[in-house]
Amino acid sequence: MTHSINHHLSEKLIAGYAAGTLPEAVNLIIASHISLCDTCRAEVEAHEAVGGAIMERVESAEVSEACLSGALDLIRNGAWSALDQRVAAPDPVLPAPLRDYVGGTLDDVNWRPVGMGVKQAVLETSSEATARLLYIPAGTAVPDHGHSGMELTLVLKGAFSDELDRFARGDIEIAHEDMQHTPIADVSEDCICLAVTDAPLKFKGLLPRLMQPFLKI
Amino acid sequence: MLGSSAPFDANDVTPVAAGVLSRGGEGMRTVGMKRVGLDTPEMTEDWVGCLVRIRDNRDEAAFVEVFEHFAPRVKAFLMRGGSDNALAEECVQEVMATVWHKSAMFDASRASVATWIFTIARNKKIDVLRKQRRPEPEDLPWGPEAEPDQADIIGLQQENRQLGEAIASLPEKQRALIEKAYFGDLSHSEIADETGLPLGTIKSRIRLALERLRHAMDNT
Repeated sequence: MTHSINHHLSEKLIAGYAAGTLPEAVNLIIASHISLCDTCRAEVEAHEAVGGAIMERVESAEVSEACLSGALDLIRNGAWSALDQRVAAPDPVLPAPLRDYVGGTLDDVNWRPVGMGVKQAVLETSSEATARLLYIPAGTAVPDHGHSGMELTLVLKGAFSDELDRFARGDIEIAHEDMQHTPIADVSEDCICLAVTDAPLKFKGLLPRLMQPFLKI
Repeated sequence: MLGSSAPFDANDVTPVAAGVLSRGGEGMRTVGMKRVGLDTPEMTEDWVGCLVRIRDNRDEAAFVEVFEHFAPRVKAFLMRGGSDNALAEECVQEVMATVWHKSAMFDASRASVATWIFTIARNKKIDVLRKQRRPEPEDLPWGPEAEPDQADIIGLQQENRQLGEAIASLPEKQRALIEKAYFGDLSHSEIADETGLPLGTIKSRIRLALERLRHAMDNT
């Protein structure tokens, strides 16, 4: 199920996700990747063990009697609904964290055309970073672009290739500041990705640059 | 799931050495805050056994034991993250109530109780202090054949103890850096690319536990 994934998270992203210090959009792409990749899920859980060991061993703060009685009250009488039960039906393309953000399955994604048959849907997260789903028709290239920050791209369906390698379902590409690349979707199948940027993309060429404010990227 | 037989028998549980709630002010550096010894005797407590008693018997005494040990640590973690006293206690209550209600989700072949409570506290911190949603990965539901072996549970819990000892024996500077990263005093760009921690064995054990779950899911 997960053995065919070739491109994984960096240790830095794994540690940041475990510690809980990353922007929401970055957490979203990591949660989506580890839903598909047990190798990285095990890495995250190992780093969470570090967090547990540190929390247990480093510091404690005196807790009032009222805090315990309040907690006992919560476990006896607290309404514990299916508060964080996942509601969206399974989907062959979107893993659970993405279904939570889309509010349903792939059919519920609110696609907006951005030219050349490419469509995108921006997902609502905190403003420190942006998450969007991208739909790239088979054989289509996403405009050549560089980054002023980091761009993470997770393939959900189909595959794309760029100057570096080929990326298929579950693979995550980590593109840094100095990287200029042109992802092209495989000709055999339309490609759906989740892309997260922590700073605006820089497109070469005038037209994409003019469109950038409208694309919200 | 959690086994309820030896060596995590509920009868093995020794009483909590010091009631945290009644702990006086002696030896505290700042009001209400204290450094915990890096190798406190409480580390040997059978927290997995407590979780089994909570899950299987809704055992409030076990809950109080877990609370007395972990609530002050969760509170310190939240206050380091910027919470004031009142908010921290409110969050502590919710974190500990989550431990009670979700005890059936705890997998002792993948996490220690401290690790599991840390993840609940971390998510609460993101929710309340950073006011963000916390995207969580797809659940790996328990299948009928998913019961882990006692040996796997013991192995993982031992790994966790060794990890704690390894952290305690790190050079002061390196330990302080890791501590800061997990208490949220460092931004993610300041976290080192390599933590230098001996996580290899623990990763392999978790990986095996995940494979067992996947296998059980495939057979359902």
